[in-house]
Amino acid sequence: MSQKRSLLTGAHFLNGDVACAEGAIAAGCRFFAGYPITPATEIAEHLSERMPEFGGIYVQMEDEIASMAAVIGASYSGLKAMTATSGPGFSLMQENIGLAVMTEAPCVVVDIMRGGPSTGQPTEPGQQDVMQAKWGSHGDYGTIALAPCSVQEMFDLTVEAFNLSELYRVPALLMGDEIVAHMWEKVVIPPPDKVKRINRKQPNVAPSEYKPFKPEEDLVPPMACFGEGYHFHATGLTHNEAGYPQTTSSEVQSRLVHRLCDKINRNADKIVKVERVLLDDADIVVVAYGIVARAALSAVRKARMEGIKAGLLRLITLWPFPEEHVARAAKQAKMIIVPEMNCGQMVREVERAAKTTPVSFLSKLGEDPHTPVEILNAIKGGGS
Amino acid sequence: MQAEVQEHPLSKYLRPATIPHIWCPGCGNGIVLNCFVHALDELKVDLDKLVTVSGIGCIGRAAGYLNTDSFHTTHGRSLAFASGVKLANPELNVVVLSGDGDLFAIGGNHFIHAARRNMGLKVICANNFNYGMTGGQQGPTTPLEAITATSPYGNIEHPFNLVHLAAASGAVYVARWTTLHVRRLTQSIKKALLKDGFCFIEVISPCPEIFGRRNRMKSGLETMAWYKRASSVESFSDPAKAEISADRIVVGEFVDIEKLSYEKLLHEKISQINEKAMELVT
Amino acid sequence: MPERIKHEPLDSKDLKHPIAEIHLIKDQCKGCGYCIEFCPKKVFEESDEINARGVHPPRIVDENKCILCRFCTAVCPDFAIYVIERTSEEAVKA
Repeated sequence: MSQKRSLLTGAHFLNGDVACAEGAIAAGCRFFAGYPITPATEIAEHLSERMPEFGGIYVQMEDEIASMAAVIGASYSGLKAMTATSGPGFSLMQENIGLAVMTEAPCVVVDIMRGGPSTGQPTEPGQQDVMQAKWGSHGDYGTIALAPCSVQEMFDLTVEAFNLSELYRVPALLMGDEIVAHMWEKVVIPPPDKVKRINRKQPNVAPSEYKPFKPEEDLVPPMACFGEGYHFHATGLTHNEAGYPQTTSSEVQSRLVHRLCDKINRNADKIVKVERVLLDDADIVVVAYGIVARAALSAVRKARMEGIKAGLLRLITLWPFPEEHVARAAKQAKMIIVPEMNCGQMVREVERAAKTTPVSFLSKLGEDPHTPVEILNAIKGGGS
Repeated sequence: MQAEVQEHPLSKYLRPATIPHIWCPGCGNGIVLNCFVHALDELKVDLDKLVTVSGIGCIGRAAGYLNTDSFHTTHGRSLAFASGVKLANPELNVVVLSGDGDLFAIGGNHFIHAARRNMGLKVICANNFNYGMTGGQQGPTTPLEAITATSPYGNIEHPFNLVHLAAASGAVYVARWTTLHVRRLTQSIKKALLKDGFCFIEVISPCPEIFGRRNRMKSGLETMAWYKRASSVESFSDPAKAEISADRIVVGEFVDIEKLSYEKLLHEKISQINEKAMELVT
Repeated sequence: MPERIKHEPLDSKDLKHPIAEIHLIKDQCKGCGYCIEFCPKKVFEESDEINARGVHPPRIVDENKCILCRFCTAVCPDFAIYVIERTSEEAVKA
């Protein structure tokens, strides 16, 4: 009872969705707008209970489109804001994710991936939305997407997602899957003063001189919020640095859209995170993410016990794609294996970065991710 | 006496270098903006605490012309966005300026829910009976048999009665005026700005270049002549019967009730929850 | 004093007669004609000149007729016209 209105500091046995919700609160999120959808509903339910304890707002909107719009509104009013959904809702949110990108609104969108396409298998895992995380909305842009593989990471990477979204004024996507979201594991939650929180850059000029989309050296503009006297305008139309529509200038379009992409790509070295396991002398490299990475880890260890020099490159960041890490691993490896719970998505990026190193893809769809033995057989069989 | 480069007394409410705006000669959007700015001036509204949100369409440009914090959302989503703004900071006065298509076709779902929740938003709908910006296609308020770009043989869809829809959805203040009723429109806007809860003002608005031209009202003057001839002020009559036809445009205030707004309810609840928590902890 | 008024009002010396000063921002006018049409005192008519926008802005016929109702100011879609009040004590004796 005395834990109300405070972080759940300590060790707990929680499910992934709840850990994600607690991560949001720890990161300083004080606005959640969402719509129930399996398997992300528990995030909404948990936040409907916890948000008011922190003076935060939980609102259930009429659909996912409204949820994303409300999240951007709250972000512009100065709050750290989040929504959570699954495949079908993620598709609905795409237009407004584009709006968040275009208006550079910091926010977090959690997609707990399930079997798709369309209504698919609501209660089964999938990794079918990972390309959509980069290309889902129309137009050219960059986002940041993270892939948790444990309940602890559902907490940690949610905090990380908030920080990255604030730092780069971009929607940060947490691409979980149904297993990571619904499984129960030990989570250690630090005390509030040990949680790293990054806030958006504040303007450092007078309101009369403020230009809401004038970038600094890191390509990110400082952000004023509504109600602070800046009287600024933001629009989804192509705009100049003052925020006003400029819908016929090629120069403005080029400058703006390139900057939205470069903002992420040029800062990739600061954003990208991977986990390298037994890679230093690996001949065969498994590149995996999310729940599949856990089976891959087990497979790699088993392979080593049988004398095979296998290693795991676990992608924690999906976008911007960890090109350099994959390229580096590809240079030393004879073969790369990519197991995914889809028909071949991140493997395309791996192939691109690996250049001439052969890449083998292992597809698995349905209720179970790849087993360690399945991946081990692929390692042993030279990739098949 | 004429002065050449003197400042319009309301120019401080407008962003410099945005006027003259893009709207056609006689466009009702200019009058809506003018009445809105008059209302702001008469109430001496704190511009630092005002946020204007607009949707897509000609009226959507209005937010860019006002000297306030403003946001131009994706098509139909201004009410959802505005809800997020208001909930995050209830001190802000959030006004939504949008059109008949943006609010009631693509945005229809968001409208009925924002009204149902009684979200403290002030919604001004410039209803010109078509999608003007994109060339004059039919919309949810296009009258039967009207000619539009996508109903060249005459519209066969029954239009919405917006004040009826707003009242039925739960709005606490509902009014309809035409752009001829400049004083009453300004009064309604003032009332809405001061009122708690979801307020909706429909403004029947000329679209001379597009809708008007196709429907035998080729100038703003002819459209305004229709308003003058057909308008009938029938405040607090049944909104379900507030028709718009060639002979009758029923205008007035239709609903003016008191109901606690969503954000007030929410923040009350948060206080209650936290008081209870304090009791448990101490 | 107009003929119909038989006696001078007791407070006529304190009365301030509002006088209108009409300002036309001519190049901002788009020629919609609303001010001309709806002025209750028919103060305006369409001028012959062409402004920067290629339309005929209004022309003030007789500024003294203006009663400061400011309907023109309220109905102009382009913020191209506004009326200021000047007060004059001399005007009362006219």
